[in-house]
Amino acid sequence: MTMSTGAAEREYILEIEGLKKSYGDMAVLDGINLGIESGEAVVAIGPSGCGKTTLLKCVNGLETHQEGTIKIDGREIGADGFDWRQARQKIGMVFQSYDLFPHMTVMGNILLGPMQVQKRKREEVTEQADALLDRVGLADRKNDFPRQLSGGQKQRIAIVRALCMNPDIMLFDEVTASLDPEMVREVLDVMLGLARQGMTMLIVTHEMEFAKAVADRVLFMDGGIIAEEGSAREFFEKPTTERAQRFLNTFYFE
Amino acid sequence: MGFDWEFVVSVMPIYGAAILLTIKIAVLGTLLSLLVGAVCSLLLYYRVKVAGSLVKGYIELSRNTPLVIQLFFLYYGLPKLGIMLPNEVCAIFGLTFLGGGYMAESFRSGLDAVSSVQLDLGLSIGLNTFQMIRFVVFPQALSVAMPSLGANCVFLIKETSVVSIIALRDLMSVTKELIGMYYNTVESLLLLVVCYLLILLPVSFLLIFLERRFRYAEFGV
Repeated sequence: MTMSTGAAEREYILEIEGLKKSYGDMAVLDGINLGIESGEAVVAIGPSGCGKTTLLKCVNGLETHQEGTIKIDGREIGADGFDWRQARQKIGMVFQSYDLFPHMTVMGNILLGPMQVQKRKREEVTEQADALLDRVGLADRKNDFPRQLSGGQKQRIAIVRALCMNPDIMLFDEVTASLDPEMVREVLDVMLGLARQGMTMLIVTHEMEFAKAVADRVLFMDGGIIAEEGSAREFFEKPTTERAQRFLNTFYFE
Repeated sequence: MGFDWEFVVSVMPIYGAAILLTIKIAVLGTLLSLLVGAVCSLLLYYRVKVAGSLVKGYIELSRNTPLVIQLFFLYYGLPKLGIMLPNEVCAIFGLTFLGGGYMAESFRSGLDAVSSVQLDLGLSIGLNTFQMIRFVVFPQALSVAMPSLGANCVFLIKETSVVSIIALRDLMSVTKELIGMYYNTVESLLLLVVCYLLILLPVSFLLIFLERRFRYAEFGV
């Protein structure tokens, strides 16, 4: 894996070593090693049940892992008083279900973390939120309630909500998988814009064309391990493992 | 035998005093019930070790014994153990004991309706347990539990009509006394009904308003 040699000089935002997670006898993650550098967009793909989502959830502690270490900015989570609550402020996560807090307005949703958790001033966060909302084309919806928004709009707000915490890395867990097809594009465009601006991202997706466009590096996961890894071009043009070839073939029609 | 308006007017001050006592017991008992219920439901929700089991026992005890018996125990039983409480305190305490169990169950139904996705969301932005309860879990639970909490409030207010058994001069007790003294049964009972309506109709309208106000969370997508 990429970390074996010369890893010491590399500056990783996210560094995972020997991550293992199992439910009873069933191993979901069977030894994951992964380093993501600043500004890198890494896309994890693979068949259902390969552990992609579990990997993301382990990275911000929504699932607990049994073995291995996770470091954010070089600080190991769980060591030296660096707990999950602190780590999560550096990790933005966007979920498949595009849920917002239903009882709060768009702005209320965005302000909650920065104001309550990070204790930042309302004016400062509002300013940042306004700018971000403008960027995702939803500046006029800030006083709406989530039920007044479409799925794609909610998902864009969810991205803004995570960004407003000024995270070092963003995790995207199949964020377009539950959206109506015509809303997928607006969300992917936002993500592509982020990647181009140098946001560090770990993305789980089934949108292969998007993966090609956004990924600096592709991880192919299967059976709880990273079965193959390479640049987007390498991976999609000539996957080396038979499993990856078989997986990619399922997306092509004769 | 006609309707004795003179009697009605003359006993109004008595009913006035009684209605105030009933309201006092009802308001304090209901508010404390809400508090006890909320705390108990959260202890259950977060599966707090010993407290959680105690709460389960308390809920069963409070919901499966009649208020009359709970009041008897407080007013006549506790003094044998050396604990003397004024009868008003007994009434409020008893109502809270009964209501806390019902409120806890209502809150619990609301808490159970908060989806795990919402919890993940809250965690992912770094909320601690207290912030999670205050900003995510409780407001959403309240929205779902509101109708049943409201029904409990009305139920508890009506339950105050048994406090005469511990020598409190509430509406029911005053009515019984007046009937005994003057035999103006129809007038006394009619006043009683009117008094309860005066208390409960505004409460019902308030609850309808609150239910609408708190229905901000439309769950599911």
